[in-house]
Amino acid sequence: MSTRVAAPVVGSAASRELSYKTPVALGIFAVLALLLLVVFARDGVSTFSFTQAGTVALPNVSLPVRATGIAVTIVAALMTIGAVALIRLRGAVPRWYVAVFTLLLVVGFLAWATAGQRLPIVGLLTGSLALAAPLIFGALGGVVSERVGIVNIAIEGQLLAGAFVSAIIASVTKNLFFGLLGAVVAGTLVSFVLAALSIKYVVNQVIVGVVLNVLMLGLTTFLYETVLVPASSTLNAPPTFANLAIPGLSLIPIIGAVVFDQSVVTYLMIVAVIVVWIGLTRTRWGLRLRAVGEHPQAADTVGINVSRTRFWNVALAGAIVGLGGAYFTLGSVGSFSQNITSGAGYIALAAVIFGRWDPLRASAAGLLFGFASQVANILGIVGSPVPSDILLTLPYVVTIIAVAGLVGRVRGPAAAGRPYVKG
Amino acid sequence: MSGIGGAGAVPVGDTGLAGGGVDPDQIPPEERGADVEQPAGRVRATLIAIRDGSALTTVLAVVIALVVGAVLIAATNPTVQSTAGYFFARPTDMLSAIGASVGGAYLALLQGGVYDWTQASPLDALQSFGHAIGFATPLIAAGLGIAVGFRSGVFNIGGQGQVLMGAAFAGYVGFTWNGPPIITMLLAVLFGLLGGGLVAGLVGVLKARTGANEVIVTIMLNYVIFYLLDFALSTPLLQAPGSGNPISPPEHPNAVFFSVLPAAYHVNVGFLLVIVGTIACSWLLSRSSIGFKMRAVGENPRAARVAGIEVNRVFTAAMVISGVLVGFAGVYQVLGTTTSGFTSGVDAGIGFNAITVALLGRSRPWGVFWAGILFGVFQAGGYTMQAAQNVDINAVQVVQSVIVLFIAAPPLVRAIFRLPQPGARKVAA
Repeated sequence: MSTRVAAPVVGSAASRELSYKTPVALGIFAVLALLLLVVFARDGVSTFSFTQAGTVALPNVSLPVRATGIAVTIVAALMTIGAVALIRLRGAVPRWYVAVFTLLLVVGFLAWATAGQRLPIVGLLTGSLALAAPLIFGALGGVVSERVGIVNIAIEGQLLAGAFVSAIIASVTKNLFFGLLGAVVAGTLVSFVLAALSIKYVVNQVIVGVVLNVLMLGLTTFLYETVLVPASSTLNAPPTFANLAIPGLSLIPIIGAVVFDQSVVTYLMIVAVIVVWIGLTRTRWGLRLRAVGEHPQAADTVGINVSRTRFWNVALAGAIVGLGGAYFTLGSVGSFSQNITSGAGYIALAAVIFGRWDPLRASAAGLLFGFASQVANILGIVGSPVPSDILLTLPYVVTIIAVAGLVGRVRGPAAAGRPYVKG
Repeated sequence: MSGIGGAGAVPVGDTGLAGGGVDPDQIPPEERGADVEQPAGRVRATLIAIRDGSALTTVLAVVIALVVGAVLIAATNPTVQSTAGYFFARPTDMLSAIGASVGGAYLALLQGGVYDWTQASPLDALQSFGHAIGFATPLIAAGLGIAVGFRSGVFNIGGQGQVLMGAAFAGYVGFTWNGPPIITMLLAVLFGLLGGGLVAGLVGVLKARTGANEVIVTIMLNYVIFYLLDFALSTPLLQAPGSGNPISPPEHPNAVFFSVLPAAYHVNVGFLLVIVGTIACSWLLSRSSIGFKMRAVGENPRAARVAGIEVNRVFTAAMVISGVLVGFAGVYQVLGTTTSGFTSGVDAGIGFNAITVALLGRSRPWGVFWAGILFGVFQAGGYTMQAAQNVDINAVQVVQSVIVLFIAAPPLVRAIFRLPQPGARKVAA
């Protein structure tokens, strides 16, 4: 894992000079909380509703907005001071500390924004997962590809290809699984181009990635306008995956509806996260993959075929991302439209870097992003004092602050982006 | 290293994505020195130079891309599809349908982008090329910005945000202040450049101070600025009075870029400014001290640091210069293209297309200039093609990206046309 490799570097740097980035970031959020929740405090009661059909009814939680805001701000300020103390005493702020702080502010903000309204928590979480699903597929593909040493900027192109092909195949065959298969093949094909050009013809991987994105956007839009639009009822009307409740588990309050009453694609995503994580860290496949990505020459010396390992793992990455593409068409919307991914691949790329090339953390970054987007959506629906355009910037602003304040200088796989020429 | 001359000489250095540094393979053959022995005979030498040079692979890459485009156009043409049904009975029907669809499309492309032979005089016919220059101008400006970033080892993927900010700043000055001619325009331009520079500067400072990866930050800023602009366009700050739509008031005539040729050519002073910009970039990168530092950091940040260059400061400077240039694309959009009021879609995809322009121009100022002109021709011709031949304009985007893809991989082009690899005679491939 990247952390294990990077740990000595980070550790030694921290011991030499203390970094106050995290407390500064927490402080900025605390000041924002003071401004929004106390200075611009709103009156009324916000109701967090936990109800969902078919399970045990949970009581609603009602929060008096002004009091909640003041309490949240005080605790946030105390926690910022605590973070400074932690840096002085221990040299670092533990991750759970940041998580608790974030949760606190999220609750405070949601209460403020929904004063006098009812906030459906289950809908918030379900929607977050739905928005995060393609990002997580994309991020997983990015992690696999970059850990083997090939920078994958083409995630956007692979998503588009997957979405486009799965929509057509599922429409023609009326079979969702053929659609999924088509998405996998499409993503893999885009990967083949990336892999062949960057491995065999040692082209700069960033160039190939960017150009593949432009190419796939142009190609899918052209074919959409000239082929799909005139025959939309036959070629662009795929069935969509219905939710499949897992008996028993889906009855658990909140978690049941969010995690265990989902479509097959979402279950596939959860499986993919676990498989990629275990695979990368615990199997021979993962060890070889990481060796090739970190030090191809050493890997070559012990008899690993660097080019072949890179080629097939980039192909695998494309297959995973392709599934994410299918999620756009078969998992949610139900038909392909021009630029349906609208930059999700770039967000997934950000999630890869944000998650430091680790499958679990990259997925968490995807979830965070999905959550922030869903908060913006739900607040737009229930009505909040913040204009919707400002709300929509939320996920991106949060990411910038998090990347600048909490993540900082990240170190990717050592050989990512470098072609390996044997000799 | 058997003569694999990856000509995509874009040293994407310490971006956090690519591992940093550029290896000798990324330097085009013509810059690697004359390691190919010149055989006797001047004609033969010239022929070999042409065969091994990068100009030939560029031309061949365009040929391949046009073939790919032709396949796409023919395959989606309804007449071709219907005649394919009885291909073996009467093959000429399908062949002529293919010829008509592809020929018609490419002739329309030429007519709309270069020379319109249906016009009365040759001078009028060149109005098409004027349109192409109009499309090319912002692409060149933004492409120069991205190229400066590439040469310095920063990947500025935030062109969209910088274009939007440049447009908003310049547009704001242009519709609020009705000052004297020239001065109003120059002030609007300056503000626009400031807007683009501010956005990119923020990225540079964040990268230098906190190590935040510029790829993430620029992508995120694209969205933030888009939504903020959309918001501002629905407030009195930018919205046209009395308009229900998120659109700004029209620019004052004194702020608008004036034409330098007769109006029908659509060539305005913005194009002259872009030529000046190209010369300035060329000087900056190859003659100035900061340009030297930027290239040093782009080639190898670690070595640059050892040599005493303040890498973080160079990153920030490179981002600011990049943002200023990209910002000019936004200025051109509001003062030269859509002067009747702009929306949040004023960037017209320039931010991302500029990346391909920079790649096609191999991150060299004059390379970017000609790449921008080529893309401008495609763009202008694409609209004519769409209108006259009913071929969707996105076919042009496919052709453009295939060109860049193949230009980045000369060995692949050579393999397709069975040309020998340069230097293959010396070192066995």
